Amino acid sequence: MSFFTTVKAVALSAALAVSVALPAAHADEQYFPLQSYRVGPYAAGGTGFFGGFIDYLNLINIRDGGVNGVKLTWDECETQYEVERGVECYERQKSHAGAAAWNPLSVGIAYAMIDRITADKVPLITVNHGRTDSTDGRVFPYVFPLLLNPYSETSGIVNYIAAKEGGIDKLKGKKIVVLYHGSPYGKETIPIYELLAQKYGFTVQQIEVPHPGNEQQSQWLTIRRTKPDFVVLRGWGVMNPVALKTAVKVGYPVDHIVGNVWSNSEEDVIPAGDAAKGYTAITTQASGNSYPVVQEIVKTVYGAGKGNLEDKSRIGSVYHNLGIVNGILNVEAIRIAQEKFGHRTLTGDEVRWGFEHLKLDPAKVEALGAKDLFHSINVSWDNHEGEGYVTFQQWDGKKWNVVSDWIAPDWALLRPIIEKSAEAYAAEKGIKLRTAADADAVAATN
Amino acid sequence: MSAIATDLSATELSKGTSLPSWLAPLLVVSFAYIVVPLVGGSYLFEAILLPFLALSLAGVGLNILTGYAGQVSLGSAAFMAAGAFAAYNFNLRVEGLPLVASIVFSGIVAAAIGIVFGLPSLRLRGFYLAVSTLAAQFFVQWALTKFSWFSNDSASGVIDAPKLFIAGFEFDGAVGRYLFALTVVVIITFLAHRLVISQTGRNFIAIRDNETAARIIGIPVLKTKLLAFAISSFIIGVAGVIWAFAYLRTVEPAGFDLDRSFQILFVIIIGGLASIRGAFLGAALIVVFPLALSRLGSFLLGDVFDSGVLDMSQRIVLGALIILFLILEPDGLVALWDRVRRRLLLAWQSS
Repeated sequence: MSFFTTVKAVALSAALAVSVALPAAHADEQYFPLQSYRVGPYAAGGTGFFGGFIDYLNLINIRDGGVNGVKLTWDECETQYEVERGVECYERQKSHAGAAAWNPLSVGIAYAMIDRITADKVPLITVNHGRTDSTDGRVFPYVFPLLLNPYSETSGIVNYIAAKEGGIDKLKGKKIVVLYHGSPYGKETIPIYELLAQKYGFTVQQIEVPHPGNEQQSQWLTIRRTKPDFVVLRGWGVMNPVALKTAVKVGYPVDHIVGNVWSNSEEDVIPAGDAAKGYTAITTQASGNSYPVVQEIVKTVYGAGKGNLEDKSRIGSVYHNLGIVNGILNVEAIRIAQEKFGHRTLTGDEVRWGFEHLKLDPAKVEALGAKDLFHSINVSWDNHEGEGYVTFQQWDGKKWNVVSDWIAPDWALLRPIIEKSAEAYAAEKGIKLRTAADADAVAATN
Repeated sequence: MSAIATDLSATELSKGTSLPSWLAPLLVVSFAYIVVPLVGGSYLFEAILLPFLALSLAGVGLNILTGYAGQVSLGSAAFMAAGAFAAYNFNLRVEGLPLVASIVFSGIVAAAIGIVFGLPSLRLRGFYLAVSTLAAQFFVQWALTKFSWFSNDSASGVIDAPKLFIAGFEFDGAVGRYLFALTVVVIITFLAHRLVISQTGRNFIAIRDNETAARIIGIPVLKTKLLAFAISSFIIGVAGVIWAFAYLRTVEPAGFDLDRSFQILFVIIIGGLASIRGAFLGAALIVVFPLALSRLGSFLLGDVFDSGVLDMSQRIVLGALIILFLILEPDGLVALWDRVRRRLLLAWQSS
């Protein structure tokens, strides 16, 4: 009898404890507001990137039950890559509790959000793109152009060309043409190419292709006259396949064209058909689905029918893998912040602290199943890019093949330029430069 | 035009009911100044009211040109862009220039561009004029991208809006920016209202209804048309400043593309041509309706379909509803509003 009563009491109190604990457990969620774009002219990039991001978040939820038990949640708000829709989505989604970080994958939307997220103290991630000078964490505490900003990309491409020519001193006297998209994005790297040309002694000619870039005959005839040693393609959307096709038409060798980070996807080369064979492009994340983490996504997420991509042949494509890498970076930042602040829903400022301590060396990357998918990252409070490495892939007509080692951009050369630009911005906006001590002060409530 | 008929009947009606005509606008404005800031949340201001105010003002501007003076234009977004970039540059390059002055100057710059691109209106009419105003759309956007001077040589060509200071007072935060935009819109709308009931406004209408007749009774057609372009572009330019400085807080040429021009044209067609109120009603529908649809869609079906499918279906629904509405009420929301009001008043009087 007494035994029975004890059991009953234990069961009762357990039930009571569960019923009390349940709402608390329910509250432990970390939310990702996704300002995605699945329709409109840039849907190919949007579906791939957000597909990969969601696939990785799903993997963490299904395989690990969240990050240390904190479940990851998200919802999507369609922006069509338009700034005012992005702002509306921001206002709509920011009221949701427990927001970890914003990932709009659009320079325009990111610009419009900088003031807002800084006031709200939630990080803004612009992986592989964004405003170059937001690398300077002293001025932009909540903005993270992770892995690669446009200047590093430029430096990486020039270093690759140097390696191909047999050393940085061999660049002297070489001729490089940069074919850029006639938009703010396309023009962002003009000064840095000029600077590198001066420093290394090559000549650079930068030719604009007016938006959208579906007619490039005159530009390529100019290139044929100049006979450059390399052409850098800084394209976007339809401009890329047209460039490759026109290059073949005027007889410029495709294997001497190097694409930048927004000219490097399957969607850029497949429409060009055979003309793209031999084309090389920079990337921070290799394509392909052989990496353990991609395999686990195929097995665990797509196996459970929860995969986000409708077209399964796009698993492991450049944009999908970028989404996965972005997922890894976001999740690991939360994990790092949880080690300091506790295994619970974090505030935006705590996640910001996590991003500022996001250090994944190659061993850690391998443990995450992403060896060779991307190299490493080393973010600090004042360096919000995190020294991402780049690699180059060549298109063989069917798939991308990695053709280089991991290459480091020349960060030491770029840093003073970035700091100068960021300090000018700070002066214009009246922002006080942050110090390491400021970065360690974390707001516990949103 | 039937729009005039509704205007006249509205005037007759207000005489009959002995309510002064300034009462309704006054009530609306005081509600917007006093009640809205007290009850509204940041979503209301940032995502609904600020774009609504900017688009309404642009609608008022285009309505003067298209609704009153009868000149169709597809260059509205270009004039918005001209205004926004001009205000940015005045603010940046002229030391100590007050914000009010840079807004006025930016309107003047937009007006000057409007006059240049209004010149073809002396020879072209209707669709031909609309096509020629496309030139403004493409030229302004091209020039702003091509010459980085306009964006102060900023690396990516996207620029930050300055803080809104007027007479030492900073309009900060969502409510502050809303009050700033509201004040600009109220002042300009009042002036626009005075304009359309003045002799100049009557000249606009005369030219719209019959250019030859207008010329015969002695209206200077050339001057009046260019004046319409100038005033309209001035107002649209200021609307561009509100769009960039108060709403988005960032300026980039791509935000002022042809889509925006069409959006403003839809605002006045749906709201009602040749009516100041129409611009506000039309902008309200254009801003709020897609948001309501999208929120309803993601609330009801968000778990079933992905956001791309939802967005596509919202476009179909939105397009179908607009077509249906224009068939049922070709004179726009203003006519609908007046009819409803008339019915209600009649019912009230007879009871």
